[in-house]
This record gives sequence, C-alpha cells and structure tokens, in this order.
Amino acid sequence: MAAGALLEVRDLRVEFDTDDGVVHAVDGVSYSVERGRALGIVGESGSGKSVSNLTVMGLTRFQGARISGEVLLDGRSLLDLPKDEMRRIRGNEIAMIFQDPLSSLHPYYRVGWQLAEAVLAHRDVSRQEAANRAVELLDMVDIPEPRRRAQAYPHEFSGGMRQRAMIAMALANDPKVLIADEPTTALDVTVQAQILELIRRLQHELDTAVVMITHDLGVIAETVDDVAVMYAGRIVERASTATIFRTPEHPYTWGLLKSIPRLDVPRDAPLVPIPGAPPSLINRPSGCHFHPRCPYVREAHTRTDPRLEPVPGDPGHSVACLLGPETRRRIWAELRAGLEPDRARRAAEAQETSA
Amino acid sequence: MSQDLVEVRDLVKHFPITRGIVFQRQVGAVQAVDGVSLSVRRGESLGLVGETGCGKSTTARLIARLLEPTSGTIAFDGHDISHLKGAGLKGLRREVQMIFQDPYSSLNPRKTVGSIVGEPFAIHGLLPGAERKRAVQDLMEQVGLNPEHYNRFPHEFSGGQRQRIGVARALALRPKLIIADEPVSALDVSIQAQILNLLRNLQRDFDLTLVFIAHDLSVVRHMCDRIAVMYLGRIVELADADALFAHARHPYTGALLSAVPVPEPGGAGRSRRQILHGDVPSPTDPPPACRFHTRCPKCQPLCTQETPELARKEGGNLAACHFPLTDAEASGQTPDVPETPQTAKQGRP
Repeated sequence: MAAGALLEVRDLRVEFDTDDGVVHAVDGVSYSVERGRALGIVGESGSGKSVSNLTVMGLTRFQGARISGEVLLDGRSLLDLPKDEMRRIRGNEIAMIFQDPLSSLHPYYRVGWQLAEAVLAHRDVSRQEAANRAVELLDMVDIPEPRRRAQAYPHEFSGGMRQRAMIAMALANDPKVLIADEPTTALDVTVQAQILELIRRLQHELDTAVVMITHDLGVIAETVDDVAVMYAGRIVERASTATIFRTPEHPYTWGLLKSIPRLDVPRDAPLVPIPGAPPSLINRPSGCHFHPRCPYVREAHTRTDPRLEPVPGDPGHSVACLLGPETRRRIWAELRAGLEPDRARRAAEAQETSA
Repeated sequence: MSQDLVEVRDLVKHFPITRGIVFQRQVGAVQAVDGVSLSVRRGESLGLVGETGCGKSTTARLIARLLEPTSGTIAFDGHDISHLKGAGLKGLRREVQMIFQDPYSSLNPRKTVGSIVGEPFAIHGLLPGAERKRAVQDLMEQVGLNPEHYNRFPHEFSGGQRQRIGVARALALRPKLIIADEPVSALDVSIQAQILNLLRNLQRDFDLTLVFIAHDLSVVRHMCDRIAVMYLGRIVELADADALFAHARHPYTGALLSAVPVPEPGGAGRSRRQILHGDVPSPTDPPPACRFHTRCPKCQPLCTQETPELARKEGGNLAACHFPLTDAEASGQTPDVPETPQTAKQGRP
C-alpha cells in the first residue's frame, strides 16, 4: 500500500484441516504498518486476528496450516523463507508480546537469564555482555533496581512486572516490528495504563512499528494510529483511529461501538447488543459473513460476497459492506442520535424511498 | 422492614499461611478482607470494584456465606448469618445466589441444562417431576434460551448462552439477593451487552437486589446505583454511582477512574491520566495506617501514622482519606461524565 511500509501483509489466507472440516481462520487479509506507527487489529475470539499475526511470525507453519499470500518485511518475503532463516528474523527483527506473561516466562530460570538468552540467540556476544544487556533492558521498561531484579524468578514478579519483563525480552534485539497480542487483557486497569504508556513511549523512542491486537476499543482509541476491524477471518473495515470512532461505516463496527458501556455517555443510555454469536469458521454464512447478525441485512446480502472497497470521498478508509454509501451514512447518523438499530434502519429506508 | 437487606459490620477474613506438613504452624495471614462495613439496600445494585487481590470477591463470598468470617458480623434480612451452619445455611441459600465469572468451569459438563437449572429445586426438595420440568423451561425462556434445548449439554452452547444458563440457575429459587462475580469478563465484547441487559431486566422483573463485582469501571457505572471501591482489603470510597464519577474523593478512586481507556480518539484519556507507580503491596504485610500511602500522590506524614476512617466528604461521598481530592483535582483526573437525568433516575430504586 504505502511506499514506506515496513511490514506488509498481502492477501493472507490461513486454513487448518480438522476432523470437522476446513477452518478458514484467515481469509484474504491485507494490511501494512510503517516505521514508528501503530496499527490496531480489533476483533472477537475467532475473528482471525491472532492467527494472522502468528502466521506473520512464522508460528503457524508447523501446525499443518495451509498458508497463501505474501508477508513482506522491508520488502523481503517471509512466508517462503527456510526454517532457520525465519528463526533468525523471529525475536530479532519481528518480536511479539503475548497476553499471558506468566505462561510465557520459564518458571525455573531467573528473569535476567531468560533475557540474556534472548540476546544470545541473535547476537555474538559473551554471556556477561548479554547479562548486562538484560539489566539495561529491565531498566528501560522501568523495573526498579534492575540489577537485583534480574536475579529474581518470574513468580517473584507481580503481573505488571512480568509483562514489563516480556516487553523487555521482545525489545532485546531492537526489533523493527513489535506485535502485541492482547498485551494488557490479563492486567488491572492501573497497570494496564502503565503498560500502554510504556509501549507508546518505546514505539516513539525506538521508532518501532507496532501491531496491537485487542478487543478493547478503549485501548485502540488511546494507542494506535490506524485500525483494522476483523470479523470471521476478514478485515471488514479499515481507517484511521479518529475515523473509526467518528464516522464508522460497517454495521459490525457500529455494533461494537454501541454495545460497550462508556464513561462519556449518561449512565442510563441503553446498551445495544449485537444479536447472535460469532459464526463458525468451518461453515461460514453465505454472502456477507455478518449477515445473520446484521440488523440492516437485505435479501441480496445473503448471496453476494462484499469486498473491501474504498469509501467514496474518504481517502484511507475502506469497508466491506453491501449497503450503499448513502444508506450507511444515514443509518450511522440515526444511530448516533440514539435511535435503536431497527428504527435507524426504517428511518434510513424511508429517506431512501423519498429521495 | 428495614431498608437494608444486608448489613455488614467490621468484617474480617484472614487466610492463614502455614508451614510444615504434620504440625502446621501459622506463620502469617493473608488479610483478604480487613474491616469492611457496608450495607446493601433492598432493590438496589451495589458495585464492588478494585484491582486483583483487593478483597472484592472474598467480601462477596462472605456475604453469600461460601466463606465464614474471621470476625465481624453479616446480617441478612435482619438475621445474623455470620456463623450459620447446616440447615440454617441451607435456608440462606434459597435467599442468596451467585453468578460466577467463568461459564465454562461453573457448569457441570456431564449434566444436561435441564438438570443444571433444576438442581436447586432438587436440593431443596421442591417441585416434583413434570412441574419441575415446566419451571425449568420457564426459567430458560426468561433468560433467553430455547426451552427445547432442555436435554442439551453445556458444550453445545456458546459462552454467552452458558452464562445465561448460570443466570437461570441463580434465579431458580427466586432469591432476594444475587451476587454476580465478574459475570461478563470472560465473554466477547458483542455478547457482554446481551448479558448486562438481561441482568438489568431480570432485576426489574424479579425485584432483585444485586451485588455486582467487576474490574471494568464502565460496566459497573452502567449497572450499579452505588459503588464501593476497595483497596487491600478495605473500602476506600463508597458513593452513589453518579457522585463517584462526578467527584471522586479518594486519590485511589481518582487514579482508578483516570486509568480507564476512553473509546474516544485524540488522546483525551491520556492527558488527564494519573499513573500510579509501583504495585499493590502484598496483603500478607499491608502498609500501616492508610494502606494506600505507599502509592498515593497526596501522601503526608499523617497518612503513615493514623488510619483514616470512612467518613462523609464534600458532595456526600464516603471516603477513607485524610486529604481527599478537591473538586478541581477530581475533575482534572477523571473523565468528563454526564450525570443521569433526573427523570430517568426516578424509575430506579
């Protein structure tokens, strides 16, 4: 897409064969991130947000996944790299922060030792130099008394400190791309605030490209520049963060925004849930995958497959929806004014026929 | 009839830490709850918030008498239930029910939905045979499940539907009080709203009193009339939901509110953020006097010497703090929150 893209994913597809059938985990996903920018990927469980990024890291190829498409890091294609070359890139040029820091650290080894290990895996330095680098890393992520803390075991760390240690490990080799998969889901809000602030600071200081995977729209609003909304293995909407919150175009994005309790609306404002449940990725709904849950569905939408297309008059914003742009704009205006989906649909239809 | 359904006085729960296998010596105690007093009014929903390890779940389990308090009293409907046993405790179970966080581990995978939801009737010897089946199917319908799925097993349901099964089971005996411990935090975002709306409607229809525990402050604000904020086993602030969000008085509440990410782009959330440094101290060895003093931005020498009592501060909030936040400090930290319109308020107890 953009010329300066550091990480570029093109038409990525990942399928798994299971006893029940083929799971279409990722179904034609494209995105890109530039140096020093942050992309947020939002979606629910089973939307393919984690699998697409594990594939970028080369972590799904041993699981019997069928992968197609392209992943380019600085113009170099990653998907067809041999195993050992991919290993040289993973943890070095692309690093990942996982959701659960307790299960990602080895309980038997001291934290400093584990960090040194990450350095030694990619650099030709002595163990002492690696140990010093570990202390330096702990200091960088604001762990107090880093020299003493490097000697501690993971169980002696609190949840927030473990997540800091994970971030330190991910940053051990100054990666160009940092993928954070739900980095704060297991943490309390005050610790979450510390960790998000840390990731942002490091992103700017080190000029890293960040991919933030989350289901929390609040985290998205505060930490990323651009957003991709995923549903059933596809990106259904992509735009800048401000656009996603101000003028979203996809009914699923509307649903997400309307279904979360927010601090900035009156307490009694009703929540509007999205009906039903996320679809099975084995037997996906025909046509638009969102149609069984969409309040604005029309007959044709059950047959036609929408493509991600640019929104007219809004550069950088694209959406995969079969409703006309005018209709979408009308519905969002009604929803914004506080109308329920059903009434918003009728109001928009009435305007359509009168126009 | 008193206005309060539950009255808790000076509640303490310490879990002993022991050494040795045969001769267990007590070497310390986790002070999970340490001097909590609160009341739950009939028909209201009371929120308990706080971070991991603050004692909110222990407090709830004490009220439900799943745990026995170390000291202090709990009165339910005018009766002291602090040390009930046997038949008395079984009687209490008809009045107080719980909804748990994880809908995957709180349902027996080998039992059908019918027998899970019908189990409270079986335990209490109510409604034999066909009558019980009808009651269970009614309950399933009330929580939005298809009554025809009576004979299905939990694994055939999605997370949101399982949580509905948990809600139906809690409702079966028509309890007066339901304690919901993080009922939506294991669910997908689009499903959370379904369960929150369900709980609100049921509370209205069944005239329930609700104790609602969550770490997500936006959810608690949406669901609750009054909110108690806990820190290291104590209540640091207790206020009406609107008052708490309009003018938090305890510095910990202020920091907690400021940490909530607001789904509004432009960094509005970040600029007012009061980031707390360090971690919550261990509940085995909590700091003396005010337990928050080690992390408090307003800490003074007095805070390390004298325990502040929960007392009424400006604006009506009860807060346990020697130097409560001023209006300017509170509004500088917390998100701008519109108050509930008066007309809407009247409908709520």
